[in-house]
Amino acid sequence: MITLNDILVLLPEFYLVTVACLLLLLDAFMKPEQRHWLHWISIVVLLAAAYFVVAGQPDVTVTAFGGMFIRDQVSEILKVFALLCTVLVLVYARPYLRERKQFIGEFYTLMIFAVIGVMLLVSAGNLIMIYLGLELLTLSSYALVALNRDSSLSSEAAIKYFVLGALSSGMLLYGMSMVYGATGSLDLAQLHTVATQSAMPNLLVFGLIFMLVGIAFKLGAAPFHMWIPDVYQGASTPVTTFIASTSKLAAFGMAWRLLETGLGGLSQHWQPMLAAVAVLSMAIGNLVAIVQSNLKRMLAYSTISHMGYLLMGLVNAGPEGYSSAMFYAISYALMSTVSFGVILALARAGFECEEISDLKGLNQRSPWFAALMALALFSLAGVPPLFGFYAKYLVLQAAIDAHMLWLAIVGAVFAIIGLYYYLHVVKVMYFDKPEEGGADQPQADASLRVVLSINALALLVLGVYWGPLLGWCRHSFGLG
Amino acid sequence: MFTHLLSLLIWLPIVGAVPVLLAGSARPNLARWLALLFMVLTFVASLFLLPQYDAAQGGMQLVESHLWIASLNVHYGLAVDGISVALILLTTFVGILVVVGAWEVIQNKPHQYMAAMLALEGVMIGVFCATDALLFYVFFEAMLIPMFILIGVWGGPRRVYATLKFFIYTFLGSVFMLIALLYLYHRAGTFDLHTLAALPLTFTEQMWIFFAFLLAFAIKVPMVPVHTWLPDAHVEAPTGGSVVLAAVMLKVGTYGMLRFILPIVPDAGEHYAWLVIALSLVAVVYIGYVALVQEDMKKLVAYSSVAHMGFVTLGIFIAFLLARGLGDVDTARLGMQGAMVQMISHGFVSGAMFTCIGVMYDRLHTRQIKDYGGLINVMPWFGFFYVLFAMANCGLPGTSGFVGEFMVILASFKANPWIAFFAAFTLIIGAAYTLWLVKRVLWGEIHNPHVAEMKDINGRETFVLLAFAALTVALGIWPEPLIHLMDSSVTQVVQQLAIHKI
Repeated sequence: MITLNDILVLLPEFYLVTVACLLLLLDAFMKPEQRHWLHWISIVVLLAAAYFVVAGQPDVTVTAFGGMFIRDQVSEILKVFALLCTVLVLVYARPYLRERKQFIGEFYTLMIFAVIGVMLLVSAGNLIMIYLGLELLTLSSYALVALNRDSSLSSEAAIKYFVLGALSSGMLLYGMSMVYGATGSLDLAQLHTVATQSAMPNLLVFGLIFMLVGIAFKLGAAPFHMWIPDVYQGASTPVTTFIASTSKLAAFGMAWRLLETGLGGLSQHWQPMLAAVAVLSMAIGNLVAIVQSNLKRMLAYSTISHMGYLLMGLVNAGPEGYSSAMFYAISYALMSTVSFGVILALARAGFECEEISDLKGLNQRSPWFAALMALALFSLAGVPPLFGFYAKYLVLQAAIDAHMLWLAIVGAVFAIIGLYYYLHVVKVMYFDKPEEGGADQPQADASLRVVLSINALALLVLGVYWGPLLGWCRHSFGLG
Repeated sequence: MFTHLLSLLIWLPIVGAVPVLLAGSARPNLARWLALLFMVLTFVASLFLLPQYDAAQGGMQLVESHLWIASLNVHYGLAVDGISVALILLTTFVGILVVVGAWEVIQNKPHQYMAAMLALEGVMIGVFCATDALLFYVFFEAMLIPMFILIGVWGGPRRVYATLKFFIYTFLGSVFMLIALLYLYHRAGTFDLHTLAALPLTFTEQMWIFFAFLLAFAIKVPMVPVHTWLPDAHVEAPTGGSVVLAAVMLKVGTYGMLRFILPIVPDAGEHYAWLVIALSLVAVVYIGYVALVQEDMKKLVAYSSVAHMGFVTLGIFIAFLLARGLGDVDTARLGMQGAMVQMISHGFVSGAMFTCIGVMYDRLHTRQIKDYGGLINVMPWFGFFYVLFAMANCGLPGTSGFVGEFMVILASFKANPWIAFFAAFTLIIGAAYTLWLVKRVLWGEIHNPHVAEMKDINGRETFVLLAFAALTVALGIWPEPLIHLMDSSVTQVVQQLAIHKI
């Protein structure tokens, strides 16, 4: 029985679905030269959705549709940042898409549907809901990657993404079915209570392993990271930005829902597995990134290593660890929007600005954008006083608090190794001489310049003033 | 008005970097004057520390503490004792000279150079004030970014290699310090240094924390065998970068030892004091010999820096032997005091030496000793200063170099005459490499025709060298005010390291 309350709890999601359908119609009747309206409307719509999420934020956790949907503070925070990151992506994407004749309505509607998927995923209270949210997100993402259909690289990336994504969804579903078999429930809250006293503990753990594979795949953690470099490189840069920011927030939300809300009682089983995945991700991500010459590919491997750090927070398996992992996910999303945003700003017709060598001598041609990129890179490397340092510091602390000092030391060692390739890009921008055909003074529009600057400076400001965000994250997990 | 003096000192130069940067490459002179203005303002503000800080009373003063991250109990905590005050004054003083020294020399993007210097200065002052370990760490690491840019953009031919090595080396040491700090936080629930000093720790814990701290600070000092980044960084850095690096940044390492190793892990410090003392003696003797054979002037002075910083670490760790092993607190104080005076003195002398090399380099664009010779014939005034600083570098009585080394040798004699024997080697080796350098550069016939065309120092350069010279001589003849300023703080440090925590 659907009550009015159910509708009210899901209001932001319903609103977005309605608007997305309307936009689809609007686009069909729109002349191509009017399309910039679609751009602005989409941004306003997403910002309004973020407002609805914040305004309707409940003090206590509320559920709807018989526990299918949970609206709590964790999901609210993730939704707000997912919406904000998507807005950033749209702002950064416009000049890029226009120059490449890809300024089409599908891009916007697919983006909005993907965000709806994120919102459902992070609020899911039931395994079915998790799967639905995830599929809505990933199917939209496959289409977005394939959007640049004239490019063979793009099509290749889309097919790889689709095949591997389908495989991992299958794994996840298989794991879910086993968990259902062992417990007789799909509801996460019920799972939490019955998981520890299941009559078939082996089947349950077996299911857990399959679900972990699905989670690791969505995060892009090693050894399930293969798709990340190809998709990052092959997809058009705006889509990459989306996958590197909003999708990561969703993946964290999914991991937390499944592992804590659902299978929190099995933490002694998944902790060591996650720790192993974390170490592998940090190792593979940081080591392989060193030899990359393609900037997007390098950032892809950097993502893999960052997911290793994020998992370090989850390994803690307590509210402190979850809040640090969420802080990490948010900081990573904000940092990657800057790094890809600069690439988008510097790209121009016929020039993707994808190679690291394209940035040679950027400080001489465009000191401001070189500085913004440097901020993002130092932040990604975890150098204080930038935002990224505090995220690393919190996950290291979480590992130590979980009595895994060795994991923290491994993380620290790989942070040193990772430093090298970020510094290499800074070196290219600041110490090398500019080359013909390299990145030049960007001709991007004013909205991109302003928003990107704010986004990058936020890394510095949040480096000093990170207390409120941390307090918000901790509060959502019930900490003071 | 003085309640926020320390915050003012930290943030004035950092905020000042913004207008300097905005002046842009189109208005280089505006950028230079603005940079000088902010450096002078910071220096003037730092002078107010002297009347505000009550040297007789000692302890941490001018305390500022605000809750920074409430949920983690992290504070924005600042305070100074006599040692910090002396180091802050050194920093602000050198800051002015660096800006003046770079005035015409830096033609490529002077606004960015000046802004990086200002930011660096603010962050370094922050290191000397922080009383919260996380805040300290943030400042400690934030120093790297401006220095990385300074060496990489305005450095010599192998600047990229040198600056990457500098950054990664230092980062390597400090992440392990971060792990140690996180462990301490895990135990104590706070980063407040005062609380951490009182935290009881088992010997095993102390040992690991000690080595984490030692690695971080030994790389910064730098001590043998982790000193190899320093010659590269010095050789490739622009003159101003070298001056700041040698005069102030190296002191951060020894200052960190005082604030972290001594109070937090005193028992491990005592147990491994022999190690640090041995490494310090290796620095004094062996690195002295290494300096002797250098053909690059900057490298020579860089190695002599390592040797001189060896005296500082020697003075600090000899205090363990004296205060805890022999129970001789007074001599321990003497050694510690010597180390502190040596820190300040080395700041002036090494800064001045690098400035001198910069002056020569600007004229002849080479740092090879063999390209010079007979400089005194064409640059008499420069020769005067160069000889003065060379004398201070080998520790001639009457210059500041003598005071600190003498005190440390005196104290180490009480601990063990053999330590004093090896430490005293510096009197011979230091004199050898410095005098030989002077002989080959200044004296003799002019054999390079380009040297004959060199002009003597101009007014700007004279100002910088004169300022360094005045303090070098003043400190050598009358070190009393400096010793008085640091006396009660040194006593407290020595008392603290004598406490057994197990």
